[in-house]
Amino acid sequence: MIDRGEATDSVRPPAAHSPKKPTKPAAKTGRFTSTNGKKAVMAVTGAIMVLFLIGHVLGNLKVFSGAQSFNDYAEFLRTAGEPAVPRRTVLTLVEIVLVLAVGLHMWSAISLARRAAKARPVKYAAKRKNQAGGYATRTMRWGGVIIVLFLIWHLLDLTFGVANPAGSAGLPYDRMVQGFAPERWWVTLFYAVSLVMVGLHLRHGLWSAVQTLGLASGRTRKGLQLAAAAFSLVLVIGFLAVPFAVMIGVVK
Amino acid sequence: MSGMNLTLRVWRQKGPDDEGRMATYKVEDVSPDMSFLEMLDVLNDRLIVAGDEPIAFDHDCREGICGMCGMVINGVAHGEQRATTTCQLHMRHFKDGDTITIEPWRASAFPVVKDLVVDRSAFDRIIQAGGFISVPAGSAPDAHSVPVPKDSADAAFDAATCIGCGACVAACPNGSASLFTAAKITHLGLLPQGQPERDSRAKAMVEQMDAEGFGGCTNTGECTVVCPKGISLDAIARMNRDYLSAK
Ligand code: HEM
Ligand code: SF4
Ligand code: FES
Repeated sequence: MIDRGEATDSVRPPAAHSPKKPTKPAAKTGRFTSTNGKKAVMAVTGAIMVLFLIGHVLGNLKVFSGAQSFNDYAEFLRTAGEPAVPRRTVLTLVEIVLVLAVGLHMWSAISLARRAAKARPVKYAAKRKNQAGGYATRTMRWGGVIIVLFLIWHLLDLTFGVANPAGSAGLPYDRMVQGFAPERWWVTLFYAVSLVMVGLHLRHGLWSAVQTLGLASGRTRKGLQLAAAAFSLVLVIGFLAVPFAVMIGVVK
Repeated sequence: MSGMNLTLRVWRQKGPDDEGRMATYKVEDVSPDMSFLEMLDVLNDRLIVAGDEPIAFDHDCREGICGMCGMVINGVAHGEQRATTTCQLHMRHFKDGDTITIEPWRASAFPVVKDLVVDRSAFDRIIQAGGFISVPAGSAPDAHSVPVPKDSADAAFDAATCIGCGACVAACPNGSASLFTAAKITHLGLLPQGQPERDSRAKAMVEQMDAEGFGGCTNTGECTVVCPKGISLDAIARMNRDYLSAK
């Protein structure tokens, strides 16, 4: 047996840590700035973005009913609420909510990632074996970064039209068709990769959000994970259907 | 039957301020019936005979109930055997010729004291922050004076099996103490005796967890897999619920 007295001769009471008062009195964490609070912010803002994505994919699928229908739908987004409220009121409100959601989501993601890095300053020498989490779980952070980069490109391309052959003056349908034209295959490729990232993000994110808000339980967890995977798959297929249809000429 | 010959790569660190390094040892003739800690005892005996400093590691009960014996074995907290503490891990799960990497729990909130020994008093402070109930001191209450539904009693008991070993923190890619903290919150929050402090407990314990410098949970589920007591993610959902709805 080990004689601890000898074995631990250089043990001193870890002065810096007993009783550990955080050196910088840990910024008093309120309901939304604690780790749990930030996660809740992430879950709620994530859910808002998911609602948006559902609307977005359903709108996109209108290209399959022709240019008229798609352009009318785009116009409706701008005129919704008229004449009670001026043109673009509803759309602008939605945009504000989305920008806030993206901003808060990224704020919590970044501050939690930094906290996590500080919580494990010394890494394991043995290659850490993931015991539970899949690829989706491990790519939440970098996947998120790819999603933001994509989002910026996507807005420049199809919303503002500055990176689009049809330009900002073109009709939405033209921007879509010319943007995903076969010779711009690299756009479609980037779009596809990013959407797969979105799918992976939601595969973990959706059930994770439910868990974070404390609504998951042992009985529902497996089902939630399956539902998250199924939903993400359908969403990604829905989004990818449009550029691929344009690329192979089904929509022109 | 001759025993196994193993190569160990072990974290050696003279004290809290030492930088630390991996050291390599050969251990010969290890019986498959030894526990992992007995194997280390054998190595330590040889180290002592050779005039070397033995490898410091924590242990107490050696029967899987005290939670002292944490180490990361080949990158997995408590080793790859499920629902098993290091002291209950047996050498029959290894093969002759294996190289085994042994490291302490890695978390800024668990500073290394020496070699494989870490200071887990951060957990004690989390418990102090709210892991208690108010009881009228005095003689023991009559059995069943407070009825507890069977479901709650079972679930509370499951949560109460947490031995505070810290494997959940060691395994978590974020260095989060959520599973431990949640196990305590669940254990007390499910029982009628735990209701008066239910809100303040969730808030205080989560805040203490943050103040200790643990990371946040991202629901990776790594913790529950290595937990020797199989504490489930349900506990974390419950902690989140109690925390978010606390007044
Ligand atoms: C802007 C770039 C983004 C970044 C940096 C990012 C990052 C993250 C991170 C780090 C998490 C936590 C991961 C975890 O719990 O393991 C997360 C969760 C989540 N994200 Fe994102 N994300 C981004 C965009 C999005 C978008 C566009 C959506 C929705 C369409 C979304 C939906 C979600 C959802 C629903 C969660 C689950 C919340 C939770 O875990 O409680 N995220 N995100
Ligand atoms: S939850 Fe499990 S792994 Fe974490 S301290 Fe308790 S017993 Fe150990
Ligand atoms: S020594 Fe007590 S649990 Fe391993």
